[in-house]
Amino acid sequence: MKILKNLRKLGFGLLLVTTVVGASGEVPMPEIPKAKQNFSAEQSCIEPTDIMRRQHGTFLKHYRNDTTRRGIRAIQYNLVACINCHVTADESGNYPNVHKGSEHFCRSCHSYAAVNVDCFQCHTSQPQESFSSDMGPVQSD
Amino acid sequence: MNISTQNRRDFLKKSAIVTIAPGVLLYSIAQAHNAERPVTSATRWGMLIDTNKCVDDCTACLNACTEEHGLTENVPAEVKPVWIRKVTLRDRQTGKESSLPVMCQHCENPPCVDVCPTGASFKRDDGIVLVDRHTCIGCRYCMMACPYKARSFVHEVLENQKPHSPRGKGTVESCNFCVYRIDTGKDPACVEACEAKGHQAMIYGDMNDPDSEISKKLKEMSSSVLRPDLKLNPGIRYQGL
Ligand code: SF4
Ligand code: SF4
Repeated sequence: MKILKNLRKLGFGLLLVTTVVGASGEVPMPEIPKAKQNFSAEQSCIEPTDIMRRQHGTFLKHYRNDTTRRGIRAIQYNLVACINCHVTADESGNYPNVHKGSEHFCRSCHSYAAVNVDCFQCHTSQPQESFSSDMGPVQSD
Repeated sequence: MNISTQNRRDFLKKSAIVTIAPGVLLYSIAQAHNAERPVTSATRWGMLIDTNKCVDDCTACLNACTEEHGLTENVPAEVKPVWIRKVTLRDRQTGKESSLPVMCQHCENPPCVDVCPTGASFKRDDGIVLVDRHTCIGCRYCMMACPYKARSFVHEVLENQKPHSPRGKGTVESCNFCVYRIDTGKDPACVEACEAKGHQAMIYGDMNDPDSEISKKLKEMSSSVLRPDLKLNPGIRYQGL
């Protein structure tokens, strides 16, 4: 019973923190850059937006094993494709830095959610020069 | 105590449903969109290098590898990544010299895989030996275990990696047989470069397919592997040594 009580206290504490931060506006809502194209007329990404928001990490992690270890490459949950479509250059043609600021597509939300994103220690965070619009370029390791 | 155990069980039960359900859904999507199958052991990729055709001062394969995988970081020579290098062998008895490219030999019984504590070093079913950098902890046991000095460690933070060939600080890497090219029906970059130079010293293909060029050549010519005494049965074979 004591545990439950403590949990309740903790829950209340969290609520309080959220409210305070929200009210003072210290963490502004992320401004998410627009993607280069829509997946279809009905759907902007390869899955409905709410699913992509919650599950993109799971998709990428699940299929990275299929690709790296089993050589299955015709997979649309593909980090290279995400980057090609979602990362856009500014007016002077420069791509945003994924490790700094909040302009990079991935970074914009991940800064807001305070979730570290390690992908780009190895994977490039910039689109391929020859971006084809088929949404399925060669899947990397 | 009871309550918390109960809660934990409930939690585990619920989370299992949550994770399994999208997994099942995903699988069916993948089947529908995906014509490609996992690689199998019906194939064993290998390479035959003709040392008589390999030209002494030619570095076409090395340059192609550097370009293909973006091994261009500006680091001191002793920590430069080397996926493939030219080695000159000299027969002490006869004085005959041969020049040959040496890269990861894609051993059938790879010591690098044996020693890896995390399972990051692994052999694909089709014989290609790779490092899964997602799980590599950079301990470098595999570098010590490899008798061919085939592996490199990335010492510095990298930027602008090639989209098809991710690599990063704190992980080990080696020749990956340009696996993403092979999987999409293209030749490895070094083989392509050697051919473009007109030297044709490298043939690669499926050693399990009796009709492949490499199998026919291997049946016809005598070839050897480096350090046969180790019984690693490498996928890279040399002719004319
Ligand atoms: S050559 Fe070295 S790195 Fe390549 S499979 Fe053999 S032991 Fe492993
Ligand atoms: S460096 Fe990475 S691949 Fe090599 S043995 Fe350690 S964990 Fe395995």
